Amino acid sequence: MTLAIGSPAPAFSLPDTSGVLHAPGGAPATVVVFTCNHCPYALAWHERIADVARDYAAQGVAVLAINSNDADRYPRDSAAAMQERVARDPADWPMPYLHDATQDVARAYDAKTTPDVFVLDAAGTLAYRGAPDADSDDPGQNAAWLRAALDDVLAGRPVATPQTEPVGCSIKWKA
Amino acid sequence: MSAPAVELLFWDGCPSHPRALAELRAELAAAGLDPQAVAVREVRTDADAERERFSGSPTIRVDGRDVVDPGGEPVLLTCRIYHRRDGRISPVPDPQDVRDALRRALADHPRTPPE
Repeated sequence: MTLAIGSPAPAFSLPDTSGVLHAPGGAPATVVVFTCNHCPYALAWHERIADVARDYAAQGVAVLAINSNDADRYPRDSAAAMQERVARDPADWPMPYLHDATQDVARAYDAKTTPDVFVLDAAGTLAYRGAPDADSDDPGQNAAWLRAALDDVLAGRPVATPQTEPVGCSIKWKA
Repeated sequence: MSAPAVELLFWDGCPSHPRALAELRAELAAAGLDPQAVAVREVRTDADAERERFSGSPTIRVDGRDVVDPGGEPVLLTCRIYHRRDGRISPVPDPQDVRDALRRALADHPRTPPE
């Protein structure tokens, strides 16, 4: 069932690539982004999302990247591959990369694609869901939809465009 | 003159094939070929993927030859990762790669000059 804008976002606690647990909350805004290692859409948007994490860190925004894919069929999304990716260029990962091995968090959020972006306000209410911006192929888009949602949340305004269509590879569910 | 055989294979779990097909047809038209002469085939199962040596969606072949060498990519129902010529990652091949593949194929299918 699709998570409605304005509803409480599901709580979770997931380990990052070092085994440290992370949970949403305690930030003026939290970005939860379902992503992965093997999808061209996720890879193309990765740098823009990492830029958002860097640019909004001073305002206390938390960005949590989650990989929920079935790693048995898609080994590039295994915990080991996630660790390798972060270790390869830590500066490229200014956000924790969380492993949703049971896929429970992806199910709770009804995540569809990689990427699929959710913005939560300080109270943990879903304020935005969708794509980072209009075109994975155009770095100049600069995650404009995500940034606009964060700006609205941080200013205490309703998000002007709270929902867009997530675009990317389907989440790889376990059989 | 015989035209090159152009195929587009796709998997529905990846949303890139409509764009890939539109760009492929534009390149066919630009090369003077029939833009509708594309055999579009859906790869639905692992068995389909094995049979087609399918390493991701979309896959475009001209005369049986992939427009971008998949290298050692595994056979898998997945979205294929392409690199544009400027280095960007993309879900579809660079149009120049498609153009080059069509040019190579056309060299193998010489047009008969009018008598």
